[in-house]
Amino acid sequence: MANDNQSKNFQEKMEKNVWLLLILLALALSVGGLVEIVPLFTQKSTMEHNAAPELVWQRKPGQTLQDYKPGEGMRPYTALELAGRDIYQKEGCYVCHSQMIRPFRDEKERYGHYSLASESMYDHPFQWGSKRTGPDIARLGGKYSDDWHRKHLRAPRSVVPESVMPNYPWLKDNSVEGVDMVTRFKVMRLMGVPYTDEDIASANAELAGKTEEDAMVAYLQVLGTMTKLDDNKVYRE
Amino acid sequence: MDAAAEQKYNFDVVRWFTVMATVYLVVGALVGVYIAAELAWPFLNFDLPYISFGRLRPLHTNAVIFAFGGCALMATSYYSVQRTCGVRLWSDKLAWFVFWGWNLIIVLAVVSYPLGITQGKEYAELEWPIDLLIAVVWLVYSFNFIMTLATRKSSHIYVSNWFFLGMMVMITYLHVVNSLAIPVDLFKSYSLFSGVQDAMVQWWWGHNAVGFYLTAGFLGIMYYFVPKQAGRPVYSYRLSVIHFWALMFGYVWLGAHHLQYTALPDWTGSLGAAVSLAMIIPSWGGAVNGMMTLSGAWDKLRTDYVLRFMIMSLAFYAMSTFEGPVMSLKTVNALSHYTDWTVGHVHSGALGWVAMVAIGAIYHMMTRTFHTEMWSTKLINAHFWTATIGAVIYVVAMWVSGIMQGLMWRAYDEYGTLAYTFAESVEAMHPYYAMRTVGGAIFLLGAVLMLINVLMTVKKAAGEGSLQQARTAAASA
Repeated sequence: MANDNQSKNFQEKMEKNVWLLLILLALALSVGGLVEIVPLFTQKSTMEHNAAPELVWQRKPGQTLQDYKPGEGMRPYTALELAGRDIYQKEGCYVCHSQMIRPFRDEKERYGHYSLASESMYDHPFQWGSKRTGPDIARLGGKYSDDWHRKHLRAPRSVVPESVMPNYPWLKDNSVEGVDMVTRFKVMRLMGVPYTDEDIASANAELAGKTEEDAMVAYLQVLGTMTKLDDNKVYRE
Repeated sequence: MDAAAEQKYNFDVVRWFTVMATVYLVVGALVGVYIAAELAWPFLNFDLPYISFGRLRPLHTNAVIFAFGGCALMATSYYSVQRTCGVRLWSDKLAWFVFWGWNLIIVLAVVSYPLGITQGKEYAELEWPIDLLIAVVWLVYSFNFIMTLATRKSSHIYVSNWFFLGMMVMITYLHVVNSLAIPVDLFKSYSLFSGVQDAMVQWWWGHNAVGFYLTAGFLGIMYYFVPKQAGRPVYSYRLSVIHFWALMFGYVWLGAHHLQYTALPDWTGSLGAAVSLAMIIPSWGGAVNGMMTLSGAWDKLRTDYVLRFMIMSLAFYAMSTFEGPVMSLKTVNALSHYTDWTVGHVHSGALGWVAMVAIGAIYHMMTRTFHTEMWSTKLINAHFWTATIGAVIYVVAMWVSGIMQGLMWRAYDEYGTLAYTFAESVEAMHPYYAMRTVGGAIFLLGAVLMLINVLMTVKKAAGEGSLQQARTAAASA
């Protein structure tokens, strides 16, 4: 009970002193976030590629993004893909589609191998989503033809009658020429995405003659295709 | 009494925040009903980029959280801090700066979301220049509140103010860290964090926007307005102390439960879930403390419609703070995550708890700051029933659709293959999406009744000259 008495006195002090209350709140409120967030930056086990380096593309000097073959591991997005990803964000696709497959039997059969942290290592911001009004698209790349995607984006119900997705007819009419991908690449590199000087120099040229729809299709078709995952390997506990 | 208060305190800014909160409740709910209808009948997107679901949904969430919730919090906190401290707001000028600044932010949100200007992080979609503005206005709002506390006449800081203070500190942390980004141009930036770290920061923000803005802040409202309306002291001081510190320390940890079974390390999700379970106790402590404040005065519920809103809000609060921890359990989360169940849970908290307790407080402040009775008491009662019935229909629709989705996605047929395609699950949702729209529309109807009642009361006060009287009587007193 002594303790109770003491804490009551301390409580009394705080109730009479706004600055003391403020400082204690500031301390109490910082603990949970620090404990849960900071280790994610420092613990190596958070990112699977620390134990399985084949998950990340080992780029040789002089290689461009065009030299990359699907399955060689995580690489930065090309200019067209990143432009597509920016449109994905702009249209708010993440409010209905997740990009995060959980390690369950049904999700494996429906969507594929569970997602790894390393697979979104270059994603600023992350787009895991929180809701599946539409299906997960973490491994959408290569499942449908470009042509199917164009039809689906313009009028989803023409290919999936049950769909409740909005039509996106304006994507094919809007050009992405003139979007300053050079600056976007530079900002990405500033944050640690390994773009080379050559990647940055050629970024804007890649968008010549392209529409928002072209960019979106390029992005959708690369989703989940960068890593080749081994079903028998345990990537995380 | 009225006149003395009118002269002593700054009620002007409170009146404006109160009326604007009512306006934004209608706007936010209207956008919500519209996007709900878009999911039931997709032709409503009309092939227009500006009103497509993906762009309007952030407008809905931000309008209800920051426009309605924000104005309600600012009105109630600035009203109750003056009354509990016995002093006028520290600075009238800063209070007005907060009012105009906050409303400017809301206007900028209304313009930028339909144009597709977004950071792509849920509930924090506003781009960096607006984020900077939010930081400034929020700090000025907090500073003015804290300085009012510092210059108070009462010896102790009343419990409602602890909760408001906790909210102010935590929202500052959250907003600053979660909004860290590098600008590309004026309308575009990239989050400083990527992938799994960005996800954890985002849900630390996401759940604590719920925990501190929509819970701690609104508990502050509860601790002042429920005892005032009931005319009874808070049930237990000791309970409020324990419940306060447990909530402050514990809520911060919950965000990780949004990321169970994802690529977030297992320890983080499990830790978030464990603390989530423990949070039932302080949450219910708060609910019990609010409800038991009525002990000995339960008969008031028969005649006092404003009190009805407050008690119903506490019932919803108790319900959804039980549901939340259940949903954070791994086995339940495996089913509920990614489904409409989450949407239902959020709305039982948002419509049932947040909106109802704020609505009660708004009616309370209307009569106290305009110095007259509400234009129509019957309309308050009609609002109470439409709000309650609308919320229940909405939540039930989402429970059914959410659990059904979860079960359909994992169902297997006799050959051991998946029983349903994803498209079949979408088709099965249609009746519930329609039902949700109806529930939302009924809730919206109630909000419209409230807006009419509020505006007519303002007009009535002007007609009676009650506000004028209070001002001049005070001047001569």
